[in-house]
Amino acid sequence: MPSYLLEIFVLVGGLVLLLLEAFTSPKRKSAIAVGAISILCFSLILLFFAKKGFGNENVELTRFYAFDPLARFFKLFTIVATILTLLLALDHRRIISKFTANPGSEDGTGEYYCLFLFACAGMMWMASAKDLVSLFVSLELTTITSYILVGYMRRNVGSLEAGVKFLILGALSTGFLVYGIAWIYGATGTTDLALIGERISDKNSTYLLFGLALILVSLAFKVGAVPMHLWIPDVYQGAPTPTTAFLSIASKASGFAIAIRVTEPFLNSSTDLAGKTAFILAILGGATILFGNLAAIPQKNFKRLLAYSSIANAGFMLLPMAAWQTASDELTSKQVIAFYLAIYLVVTFAAFFILAVIHRNTGSEEISAFEGLGKRHPLLAFMAAIIIGALAGLPLTAGFWGKFLVFKSAIDAGLWFPVSLGFIGVTAGFYYYFQLIRAMYWRTSLNEGSLEIKPIAFRSIAGLTSLVLLLGFWPQPVYWLLKNIN
Amino acid sequence: MSIILVLIPLIAAFAILAGVGKAKSVATIAATLNLFLGLGSVFCWKASIWQFSLEVLSKPSIHLSLGFYDGMSLVMVILSVLVLFTAVMSGKCPEGREKLWFSSILLIGAGGLGAFLSTDLFFFYAFHELALIPTFLMIGILGSGDRKDAAWKITIYLALGSIILLAGLIWLVSASGSKTWLFDDLLASSISPDAQSGIAALLIVGFGVLISLFPFHSWAAPAYASAPAPVSMLHAGVLKKFGLYGLIRLYPMVSTGMQDWLVWLIVLLLCNILWVGFVTINQKRLDMMLGNSSVMHMGYIFLAFAALIEAGSFDANPLAKPAAVVLMFAHGVSIALLFMLTDTIRRKTGTVELAELGGLAKAAPRLAFLFGLAGMASIGLPGLANFSGEVLVFLSGFNNYGGDFFSPVQVATILALWGVVLSAVYMLRAYRQTFQGPVVGNTSSERVDDFGLFCQIPAGILAISLLIVGIYPNSLLQFLDEPKDVPLETEQASN
Repeated sequence: MPSYLLEIFVLVGGLVLLLLEAFTSPKRKSAIAVGAISILCFSLILLFFAKKGFGNENVELTRFYAFDPLARFFKLFTIVATILTLLLALDHRRIISKFTANPGSEDGTGEYYCLFLFACAGMMWMASAKDLVSLFVSLELTTITSYILVGYMRRNVGSLEAGVKFLILGALSTGFLVYGIAWIYGATGTTDLALIGERISDKNSTYLLFGLALILVSLAFKVGAVPMHLWIPDVYQGAPTPTTAFLSIASKASGFAIAIRVTEPFLNSSTDLAGKTAFILAILGGATILFGNLAAIPQKNFKRLLAYSSIANAGFMLLPMAAWQTASDELTSKQVIAFYLAIYLVVTFAAFFILAVIHRNTGSEEISAFEGLGKRHPLLAFMAAIIIGALAGLPLTAGFWGKFLVFKSAIDAGLWFPVSLGFIGVTAGFYYYFQLIRAMYWRTSLNEGSLEIKPIAFRSIAGLTSLVLLLGFWPQPVYWLLKNIN
Repeated sequence: MSIILVLIPLIAAFAILAGVGKAKSVATIAATLNLFLGLGSVFCWKASIWQFSLEVLSKPSIHLSLGFYDGMSLVMVILSVLVLFTAVMSGKCPEGREKLWFSSILLIGAGGLGAFLSTDLFFFYAFHELALIPTFLMIGILGSGDRKDAAWKITIYLALGSIILLAGLIWLVSASGSKTWLFDDLLASSISPDAQSGIAALLIVGFGVLISLFPFHSWAAPAYASAPAPVSMLHAGVLKKFGLYGLIRLYPMVSTGMQDWLVWLIVLLLCNILWVGFVTINQKRLDMMLGNSSVMHMGYIFLAFAALIEAGSFDANPLAKPAAVVLMFAHGVSIALLFMLTDTIRRKTGTVELAELGGLAKAAPRLAFLFGLAGMASIGLPGLANFSGEVLVFLSGFNNYGGDFFSPVQVATILALWGVVLSAVYMLRAYRQTFQGPVVGNTSSERVDDFGLFCQIPAGILAISLLIVGIYPNSLLQFLDEPKDVPLETEQASN
């Protein structure tokens, strides 16, 4: 089966669901989510049978679409992340319906689930984009869907404010992207990334560097890195929690997918542009780590804390790109990023599920809402402690492997300056993540009584936590997923 | 089979959290099993049945590989099972906190055991950090005094130390060009002298923070003073030895690089012994005094390490490694015993302020005897384990390998000898303040009863180990590398 049918399948599935949504009774909107999950599960199965399409019959289209192990990995990642997001959305639908069309009924939640499918299709395409034009189009498909997802709770001021902020900054970053593409096209006469790589020379390197810098600014917006990181805390805090999780995991991952595609020709080139690109990435990475971690320290709101932590993680993932490694006995930079993202997905989704449970039970997302959790629900608190340990990067949890491999690739490349910033970041991370453990166990809570967890949330948290522990001891399964990426 | 030693406490900890059985019984059974298994391994530790290896990641190649790498691992494992057993048996768990209390103790113990049993550098590092969350929780929730600050301080310090150490280890492996992280492969490879110097610096600082090397020591005393007794016992007794164990284990790879930092290290270790020694004399509380004394004694073990660096290899100074290992064992046992007894004093009299204690020996003669024994051991009285260790350290340190009139380590040894006097001053003074002199209100026999029989078992085990190693140091030395029969002069000539 040609791989591009996957995107079409998801896209058509989303359209059909949107149609069905109009005929679904307000009480049964969750069926749409179940439908969306089924579509994605089915496409997950199809992904294993997907082959490189096109062959020779359509040479023009081949330029736009790649299906290599990297694309396969990121498609898998996107589908899994979207499934988990939809589960989270199912669990969270009470709160979303409170702020939509008819508060109290689930009337307004149906489209919410369909939108994730469109974004998912866009991201799957982003994973395959190997031309600046297809990259731009797929990116816009995702981003425009994300605007709606962020501002979805239209009776909630926070969500609307987040939507507007996201829209304005998103439009700005799109401007940067298009401008950058124009420069690169002007310098090389092509938008095909492979051809661009061939046409890099000392003559056009200045124009190319300028174009690349503009594109990097726009990609920094996408992955949440310095210098376009300022939207993250506000938007993440205001958006509905499933959207936040989706933005911070799936969207960030596909941002890295295209960042790898765009920077690869430059980093591989034999001109001094390679060193300059790596230098820019190292600076961005170091600054992002420093900002994300230090700004997280005073946070009192867990969702906002996760936003800063997502900035910090973007910084960590920029380091292997700066330490560009292609063929060697060690993991290549692409593999390290994929490894980091796979683990980041497990850990961060668990954190968002826990946040959603706490939000529903206490009505608050502050760290103080976790107070006394150790007494109210010891098992949940214990799992949360493991997840927090993984976020902080404690060894023997999955979270450590990501940081370990990132530091390994950066140290191997001798990037001591960003690495030392990374150490400051990790140590600061211990402080702000452990605030949560402190809240759960040291403090006594005002709100007593037991906690209600729905089976869907409980199973997701338990499953993800077990995965975090299992991968902590035995990360080989992650390696199997990405061993073909070269 | 060595993985069982790690799995028993780990599984028991999870069982306790899951609410299987009575927490205390589960923990006691697990610790007892571990004690017998650990002590039993003495007779067959070289057997291949103890080896366990599983590749957990193929690129970079990392193995969950456990076993007794050499006699040093064995001695540290014996220390760990001894202290873990006694830690489970001692201290008093607050009502309703049994799950947290016992699972944390077991997790910390499992971390220590895992680190000493690992024959892969990655898991050697990873297991040590297993103790971080339990320690944070135990000090933060169940500690005494200024517990919150102490918990934050130890967590941040240890996290920073570990991450610096991680940088050193990654650099070490990548510079060595080794394909795997196994000790076997690493120790067989060599590192260019340029890289060695930087790696050595990172290792000294990283491990140094974990060992409380001056000036990174300020987390130790407050944390040990605030922590519940079992945590102080395990941390001061076992986990702190992790750093020294690691330095000695990795030393052959960076032997040239370490030379560059020898003088720095000597200055710092002398600060550990003399500066912290004087600080210890000035302490007004028994627990703070013990915490500081444990920092101070790390200086002696560093002295053995400095002697090793100066000599240039294990063979050139055959005494240094056994000296360090015996002293690590002795210090681990004696400090664990002292923390356990101090906790008993706190519970019986309600205070550890030296000024509020006195004449306790009248009401609690057995307690006084045991404390006296452990205190004497800590000073280094002949016949007790620490003496064997310290004598070996001083002997190894006083060998002149520098070729000068007085080599730096020789000078350091002469100065470090004064540390013995300092420890005699603070320990004897503390003993006098606590157990002798007039009986005060806190220590009157109406309020205080003597040590019960049940509490005597763990304390007795530790005291007996101190005596055995003290009288017959060969009980440990036989496991360590056999000193070569080459006379010292020929060796120097050949260098």
